[in-house]
Amino acid sequence: MSIHSQIQGNITKTYIIMSAFVVFVVLVAYVLGISLGYGTSFMWFAVLFSVISSFASYYWGDKMVLAMSGAKPANRKQHFDFYTVAENLAIAAGLPKPKLYVIDDTAMNAFATGRDPSHAVVCATTGILAKLERRELEGVIAHELSHIKNFDTRLMAVVAVLVGTVAFLADMFLRNLWWGRGRDRDDDRGAGQIMLVVGIVLAIITPIIATLIQLAVSRRREFLADASSADLTRYPEGLARALEKLSGDKEVLEAATNATAHLYITNPFKGKQYAAWFSGLFNTHPPINERIRILRSL
Amino acid sequence: MINIVWILLGVAALAAIYFWSLYNGLVSLKTNIEEGWSQIDVQLKRRADLIPNLVESVKGYAKHEKTVFSDVTKARSAMMGAKSLAGKAQASDMLSSALGKLIAIAEAYPQLKANENFVQLQKELSDTEDKVAYSRQYYNNLIRDYNEKIRTFPNTLFNESLGFHEKEYFQALEGERKSVKVNFS
Repeated sequence: MSIHSQIQGNITKTYIIMSAFVVFVVLVAYVLGISLGYGTSFMWFAVLFSVISSFASYYWGDKMVLAMSGAKPANRKQHFDFYTVAENLAIAAGLPKPKLYVIDDTAMNAFATGRDPSHAVVCATTGILAKLERRELEGVIAHELSHIKNFDTRLMAVVAVLVGTVAFLADMFLRNLWWGRGRDRDDDRGAGQIMLVVGIVLAIITPIIATLIQLAVSRRREFLADASSADLTRYPEGLARALEKLSGDKEVLEAATNATAHLYITNPFKGKQYAAWFSGLFNTHPPINERIRILRSL
Repeated sequence: MINIVWILLGVAALAAIYFWSLYNGLVSLKTNIEEGWSQIDVQLKRRADLIPNLVESVKGYAKHEKTVFSDVTKARSAMMGAKSLAGKAQASDMLSSALGKLIAIAEAYPQLKANENFVQLQKELSDTEDKVAYSRQYYNNLIRDYNEKIRTFPNTLFNESLGFHEKEYFQALEGERKSVKVNFS
């Protein structure tokens, strides 16, 4: 697959996901409205809400992702290697220099976001900046720049925000379910009805979130970004060593959530977050050892 | 009869659009190449600007390493004076190796190595060396694409008459980092 078809694929997928989100929210609102007896007025609110959040995810996805991760802007003096390495690789890739952010966390990780190369952001944790040597950091940043160049970041930012919205709604319903159970044990039929609907909604939501993420974040794109990184730095060993260090890092990144996990260069949860079947569902990253092996064979 | 005329006109129009887009593709590549070249120039100049300060800070601790200082100064002025692409590339490589020797001096002078100003300059210098290397890599990639395009049919038919000539690489020095083979399949 050429870079160009990769870009086209990402752009198409972004639109598909935005539309799917609108259809999904409206559908859920319709079912809820009818079954709760509010009629379709509820649905129009949902149309408005989902269309607005879709556009917001497209235009402000990068800012929302940064806010979700609590990142601060980097400066040249304090983060010299990060700043200059990003400058240099942007020159090599023929991209404008991305905006740079730092997350204050000792866990080692990094991600890129933004809807196109001129609105791109690269974000790294203080942990990764402290523990990687310059050539290793180059490999990581080049990997992130490849995501930017391929428009992976556009797709990923939209997915992050929309999945975040669905997860937030699901969370709200879940709370309702628990509260409802405590309060309305022997109350009227209304509560039972709500619980039933909520149960159905949750049953629909969870696999959809997982499928959306899987759809958007094929493991191949990580391999592709690794390969392009090696081409940019002309030094696959740098990224291979960085990945080795990353796999040795057992710390969980506090700032990552379900919605943003797929953005990072390696899985920020280290597989600790969930029961086994659930983490399998969210396994958006190919195994690091496999990635290192491929890099060393280039 | 009329149909044939229309078909011929259609074919001619398609051909015109096709050649127009080929031409525009080449023109925009050429513009990118010019930008790529000015990027290299900016970085070479940036490096040249760092050198006097660096030499001064080393002199403060290692006065008698005169040959190294004069090598660096000579290479620097050779590079500033170079006009042609090949001349610049060669002078740039010479300057790189002279600067390598200058930095190596620091190993023998612990005080110099600990000097904050020197450490900062050294960091800036090695970053600038990277910038030179990366802008050169970008430029050479563009040249490769451009030359490839010019050599392929049907561009070969008209490139000479429209003023598209094959361009020269910013010549790689020996042992330059080799391109990595990437397989996207």
